Amino acid sequence: MKVLVIIEHDNETVKQSSFSTITAAKEISDSVEAIVLGQGLDSVINELKKSDHLKKIYKIDNELFKNPLAENLSNAIQKFAEGSDYTHILSPSSTFGKNMSPKLSALMDVQQISDITKIISDDTFERPIYAGNAIAKVKSSDQMKIITVRSTCFEPCALNSSVDVESLTVNLDKNNSVSFVSYDKSKSDRPELTSAKIVISGGRGMQNGENFRLLEGIADKLGAAMGASRAAVDAGFVPNDWQVGQTGKIVAPDLYIAVGISGAIQHIAGIKDSKFIACINKDEEAPIFNFSDYGLVGDLFELLPKLEEKL
Amino acid sequence: MKALVCVKRVIDYNVRIRVKSDKSGVETDNVKMSMNPFDEIAVEEAVRMKEKSQIQEIVILSIGTDKSQETIRSALAMGGDRGILVKTDKEQLEPLTVGKIIKAVSDKEKPDLIILGKQAIDDDCNQTGQIVATLLEIPQATFASELKKNDDNTLEVTREVDGGLETVKVNIPCVVTTDLRLNEPRYASLPNIMKAKQKKIDVLEIGSFGIDIKDRLQVLEVNEPPDRKPGIKVDDVEALVNKLKNEAKVL
Repeated sequence: MKVLVIIEHDNETVKQSSFSTITAAKEISDSVEAIVLGQGLDSVINELKKSDHLKKIYKIDNELFKNPLAENLSNAIQKFAEGSDYTHILSPSSTFGKNMSPKLSALMDVQQISDITKIISDDTFERPIYAGNAIAKVKSSDQMKIITVRSTCFEPCALNSSVDVESLTVNLDKNNSVSFVSYDKSKSDRPELTSAKIVISGGRGMQNGENFRLLEGIADKLGAAMGASRAAVDAGFVPNDWQVGQTGKIVAPDLYIAVGISGAIQHIAGIKDSKFIACINKDEEAPIFNFSDYGLVGDLFELLPKLEEKL
Repeated sequence: MKALVCVKRVIDYNVRIRVKSDKSGVETDNVKMSMNPFDEIAVEEAVRMKEKSQIQEIVILSIGTDKSQETIRSALAMGGDRGILVKTDKEQLEPLTVGKIIKAVSDKEKPDLIILGKQAIDDDCNQTGQIVATLLEIPQATFASELKKNDDNTLEVTREVDGGLETVKVNIPCVVTTDLRLNEPRYASLPNIMKAKQKKIDVLEIGSFGIDIKDRLQVLEVNEPPDRKPGIKVDDVEALVNKLKNEAKVL
């Protein structure tokens, strides 16, 4: 058994989800290697080589991979993995992994196992279906297992090692049918939603985007990431990448605070792995109370300033 | 331009999912079925492009049991021109199989744009579009939130990715998978529903494709998700902060 982990990064830092994927790989086998494709990878490699559990890191530094175009990545990884003795190829189940990994599976004629939340054995895994309303236990009969990993279900690996790095070149023609135009990064000084210890989210009850300021002060004090329900995003209160839920981001912080969020099934599916959930809502019948460890009934416009003061 | 829109029949998104007591799957008997909402967005986008004369013909493809004809009809009522059902008795097919069939249909239909939902809300796999693009060796733009057709036979697609929005330019033919905010699908009008009944649906047997449809993934069991422990209501902000600090110890 030998596992290859595909590392997600932005040419500067390694995404936390990559470290969680390494942990998942270690649960499958002691023999775990990683591959990094990008351009100008020095800082990424310096960070990654500290990862526990990795036996080796392969890097391909090439301008073809400056931007993570799935066409180039999947072709290069297939060439690399072809004829190797890898039994599993794991990627984080982020938009990066979701975009690229199924291409790799098609190239290798493998039925990918998406978004696993638990490893039962080297061929059997658990994954949520129906927006997390059911959990399927599936067994793969493919020789090669291609898997995407829900990173919130695996702790990031520790960083106490010094892993060997081997540089590879790739013989790949430039794909002229697709080109990168731009990336608009959402501007925020706060931690990323999917890796924050505390997340505070607002819903339709916030009434408008301006009122999200009431959450900002609290987020500042707690060092929390800010999120929103789909209703708040659809209403245009906040940018779409704030959306938490099955169709947005899946989060699993130590504390999730839901403010003015009723608790639709889709939202719950994105937060239910949080260690603790607290909510503030004026409707005491709102479903969110059934999923909250601590619920506070009342007017959020009165309660939020008080909460900020008490913290 | 010709569009091939792929649609899947799934349990309606408003239905409360019940796991079968024998753990073999989820209850589908007497349950309302609808078009996968992400596929509905794909149909809507194709219809809008046709209204802007960027597309001349919209072909709706579904792969499933005979009942998937209803799903194709819904898409035809929204503005599709004709339908193709690849018929199977199997209730669920895996994305790799579905991808191979869509490729085979595309080889014959030669669409310029293949558009479908980023994922189906039943198996939540998020694979099919990417597989189709790979097998056809054409570019993909997944998780689209905006689509713009350029004059030079390319599409500029804004994609919803972690941490922001990415824009890519893809040559036609290409595969686009749709995300929620691409558009808001229309309701079909009664006259259009009536008209859709006259539109043609070709039914092809899955066996005629010569594609191995055997599952690679065996579902051993399906379980309810673990319940969260019931929580408590606190009286005021002080009590909440106190609980979070001293009981949960998360502050």
